[in-house]
Amino acid sequence: MSPVAREQQLLLRQILGWRAAASIAWSVFLLPLCTAAFISISTIDLFHPIQWITSSFNDLYTSYVIFCLLLMSMVILIISIFNVEFHAVVPSIPCSRLALISKVIHPQQVIHSVVHAVMGMLMAWCAAVMTKGKFLFLSIPCTASESPADDVPYMCLNEYHLFLLLLGAFMGYSYSLRYLVHNMNYLPFPIIQQYKYLRFRRALPLLAKQSCVESLYMVRNFCAAYYFFGYIPRAWIITTMNLHIDSKLHPLDTVAGLLDLSLLYHSWLCGVFLLITWYITWLLFRIYSTEAHHFPVQPTFAEETDRCLPKILNSNPPSILKFLALQDLMFLSQYSSVRRQEVFSLSQPGGHPHNWTAVSRECLNLLNDLTLKLIMHQEAAATNGRLKQPSVEDLRKAPNAPGAAAEESSLQTPRAGILPRAHMPSLVKSSLLSLKTSPVTDLGSNLGSPFSSSPLSNKAGMLELSSPWHGSVQSPHIMRRGPKLWTSYSDLQWTDSLQEPRPSFAVAKVTNEAVQPSFLSLWLQSKKEQIKSFLSKRVLIMYFFSKHSEASIQAVFSDTQMHIWALEGLSHLVAASFTEDKYGVVQTTLPSILNTLLTLQEVVDKHFKLPHVSSKPPRTSGNLADTSYKTLRFALRASLKTAIYRITTTFGEHLNAVQVSTEHNKRLQQFLEFKE
Amino acid sequence: MCSLALFPPPPPPGDITLYEYNNALVSGRGNEKLPRPVQAQVEDLPTLTIPKETLKAHSRLEHSAKPAFVHHREMLWKRCINAWRDVGVAGVLEELANAEGEGDLNQELGEPSWTDSAKQLAVQWLKAGSRCTLALCRWVSSLHGSFFPHLSLPSEDMIAEFSPAVDWAGCSIRAFAWHPHTSKFAVALLDDSIRVYNAKSATIPILKHRLQRNVASLAWKPLCASILAVACHSCVLVWHLDPTSLSTRPSSGCAQVLSHPGHCPVTSLAWAPSGRLLLSASPVDTAMLVWDVSTENCVQLQWFGGGGVTYLAWSPDGSKVLAATPSAVFRVWEVQTWTCEKWPTIKGPCRTGCWSPDGSRLLFTVQGESVIYSLSFLEYSGELQGQVGGSKTASVVADLSETTFETLYGEERIGGEVHSMVWDPRGERLAVVIRGNYSSSNCRTIIAVFRTRNSPVFELLPCGFLQGEDGAQPQLVSFHPCFKKGAVLTVCWSTGKVSHIPFFFVSGPFPSFSSPQSPLVPLGSQSSAREQPLFSEL
Repeated sequence: MSPVAREQQLLLRQILGWRAAASIAWSVFLLPLCTAAFISISTIDLFHPIQWITSSFNDLYTSYVIFCLLLMSMVILIISIFNVEFHAVVPSIPCSRLALISKVIHPQQVIHSVVHAVMGMLMAWCAAVMTKGKFLFLSIPCTASESPADDVPYMCLNEYHLFLLLLGAFMGYSYSLRYLVHNMNYLPFPIIQQYKYLRFRRALPLLAKQSCVESLYMVRNFCAAYYFFGYIPRAWIITTMNLHIDSKLHPLDTVAGLLDLSLLYHSWLCGVFLLITWYITWLLFRIYSTEAHHFPVQPTFAEETDRCLPKILNSNPPSILKFLALQDLMFLSQYSSVRRQEVFSLSQPGGHPHNWTAVSRECLNLLNDLTLKLIMHQEAAATNGRLKQPSVEDLRKAPNAPGAAAEESSLQTPRAGILPRAHMPSLVKSSLLSLKTSPVTDLGSNLGSPFSSSPLSNKAGMLELSSPWHGSVQSPHIMRRGPKLWTSYSDLQWTDSLQEPRPSFAVAKVTNEAVQPSFLSLWLQSKKEQIKSFLSKRVLIMYFFSKHSEASIQAVFSDTQMHIWALEGLSHLVAASFTEDKYGVVQTTLPSILNTLLTLQEVVDKHFKLPHVSSKPPRTSGNLADTSYKTLRFALRASLKTAIYRITTTFGEHLNAVQVSTEHNKRLQQFLEFKE
Repeated sequence: MCSLALFPPPPPPGDITLYEYNNALVSGRGNEKLPRPVQAQVEDLPTLTIPKETLKAHSRLEHSAKPAFVHHREMLWKRCINAWRDVGVAGVLEELANAEGEGDLNQELGEPSWTDSAKQLAVQWLKAGSRCTLALCRWVSSLHGSFFPHLSLPSEDMIAEFSPAVDWAGCSIRAFAWHPHTSKFAVALLDDSIRVYNAKSATIPILKHRLQRNVASLAWKPLCASILAVACHSCVLVWHLDPTSLSTRPSSGCAQVLSHPGHCPVTSLAWAPSGRLLLSASPVDTAMLVWDVSTENCVQLQWFGGGGVTYLAWSPDGSKVLAATPSAVFRVWEVQTWTCEKWPTIKGPCRTGCWSPDGSRLLFTVQGESVIYSLSFLEYSGELQGQVGGSKTASVVADLSETTFETLYGEERIGGEVHSMVWDPRGERLAVVIRGNYSSSNCRTIIAVFRTRNSPVFELLPCGFLQGEDGAQPQLVSFHPCFKKGAVLTVCWSTGKVSHIPFFFVSGPFPSFSSPQSPLVPLGSQSSAREQPLFSEL
């Protein structure tokens, strides 16, 4: 591990550790309040209000309640540790049912579920103890007079207690499943910054409502489960603990036993208590961890170098650190002129705009990566079900740009290796590549001449000029579509589900054989197609493997929050540079920024024209689990357009002096005339 | 201090104010041609007249299909279920309270059995219980209403009360908005349609939507070509218009519906100047909503007290938001962490307000007082997180109480409360709609124009009164967002006419130290008397 990475781990632990600690402290602090509410509601007695209130107050100080509080604090601690360990800023979206199932039986998730079930049982035990009455003990002396002669009375099983314990375990397991299915480990960043208290207060009514409703459903489901399978744990407990069954009481796995109103009420209340405390823990962690963090732009001391914004952006930190850094970049670009000045400043000896270079390079890299990803997704969507050969051959026949081959080989990053990149016209790649590398290499040399034709922009312009790459996408053979079984770019890369190795192997094979197309390969191809079509007709297989198109699109855009911040930060900085940038450091990168934004704009536009892509965000219901990752692509589209408009309205006619390709120039003119 | 007395007398009756030149408002007959250079500047701005008679009032008031069907009598529990589905708990209570005649059906069958009588009894009990509950609810809401009288108004009257339009209910134009970057504007009409006029194109898209009723406000998204937010009766509609399209009737599929329970009627909208967020406010809802329009997510900014939010104004630099409430308090929010400063006023609720271009000064008026207040704020830099930075007290900068002008054509009484107020994008002209006193007959609604200077010190100088055609009352005022040679004030008149009045002046680049004077030398004596400032910080 490099020292930078170690330093960042340290920083992450420092930031996140404090936040997690604070959130745990608050949730433990709130626990007595919830407990007091629980005790008073569970012993509710409307006919003797004063007695009820005093007795519930007295209950609070008893030793067993205090013991329960300690135990539940431990439970909260463990739940929080799981929250911290499982958190993710990029949600993982299963694209098919099989992927979802594989996620459920993943060992990590199994541990999560088991621990939650145990914790749920503990919580339910505490609830049972605090409820008192008939729920207090697992074993009670038998009321039936089977053996009046004996001195030692038989101990009987208290099924109510067992019912609550099992309910707790069931709730814990259901919570864990919900946590997985609703991506509750995803940390959504709020659309506005607000104080933590206000955010908490705002979410509280919804949290309470949802806990009540969910608890109702879970109790219903548990009752059904207990009705059918309740005798198994009961028999087990009775045999292991050598207890008896009280013949006078109804067994609970009958309709009459389950229709006990007091039992149902207390189980529901127990469920509400469990869910509310856990949700509060989860909510507090979410609120604390998505709070904005202030990174210094320029280090005040030498040892802080690795903790300042440009450094963090440029290295490859843990993703939450990167998200926080980008969020901070967005805030500083928008609100703080002092910190913007630091970004635009030159380094003291040497006079290089290191800060701006680092920031802009990282933002452009992010955006270019997104462009590449989208192009590949579109290719994957467009080439579904057709033979891949023609376009490969086209590509081989037409080595257009002289430098293309070399650049292409350098572009073969390991991640992109398995992708059907052969279908991406090479020119796009090269132009993108030049964009990607140029700010890094050419920045220093081009400082002096802001709007002159730098070699970099010339190169980019030329390449763009000769690459109307969308032409190839619109060619007729791509429009052919057929039944598809496994082809989506997204799960080639991200979902490590069961079907993953096969398509990538297939693609790799196809691209290899495309070099010498032989009879054998053609035969193999046709066989493969036959197998695919055969399999796709089997209903069960289709059920598990069929891809939810919406989900795969969501998966492509799952980390787009990062790009949105990069766009906003970059565009605000560029717009501010119009008046604030004293040395003209931004102007040197302006052509590449414009190129990147306009290319991305084209690609995003194209994406929204694909079939199966809805152009409107789905209605979001008032749900506690945030589903904002489902709508990130719409936010991206809006903020991309706004970013371009922000630059064009600030610079106005001056943009005509910037070197961009004619294609992009046309686009820019439309933006200048407000016709996009 | 009666500052209206410093104004030049209003133009003679029959004259129309045409333009400002040389620091004075020039008026003339309606059919008079404008001088050529003036004409050339405003030629491409569409002038239009939409008389009230041409607008068809909406034919259907009911928006459900229920009246079209024959009434069918159902069992009580069925009706209750339906009511629950349609309206909720309140509907069930209403249905139960009005339940009657359930027994009549049974009586015809002869001997009432004990089950029937038990049923009767149960129904009676339910009826009495729901009646009591309803009465209790009404009493509580009337109590609430006595704290905040506006809550007892029907929603149309409430919109009329808080709308920036002078006569919202009766005039053909209900709302008006210039696009922030181009010569394009939208007008909302009495028949709930919206027309979009563009200086550069002849197509006039007409926007209609099922939910677009009682439009109170319009707002174009900044940094965007053609996204228009519409404050409707029950929701906020966001129209995505294609600027290159030639269609005159965009389908309602182009509109996004943003609705939130308890947030209706929406009367005020404000876009963040950065184009990212949209604020919406309703006089009924104590929370204002911050919308991320692209994803349709909203965040409630709850701040109890005040009884609602009636007017929103986002400062042009994007750092602060004014939120007025129906009671005698208004708030200024700071947008970085969304904290607010509370400003209690003495006399009444804040009626309207406007920000200087750099967001450092807020002018506002209070209902029941005929003065303009000014409130200055600290220069905004991101370092004061969570602070609004307002000064301690607001100062009176202009007194607009009633003044009598002796003109050749008789006495004219002008002055009163301010209804709405707009400041031009450069901060050089301030147009104020002064609503005359209803009691005195010859006091009319008029637009007063001030010249303002914001730096180095704030100054307010009189400029003149604007007058429209005979009998035309100003309805709405708005400044063109990007007029190169000065400012253009667009006035919607009560006759349905929309006219543009250019003010020609030269202003230095920001921060301006030169005085905002006309390029020509002032005409000696005529203007020297008027150079006396109404208000100056010096």
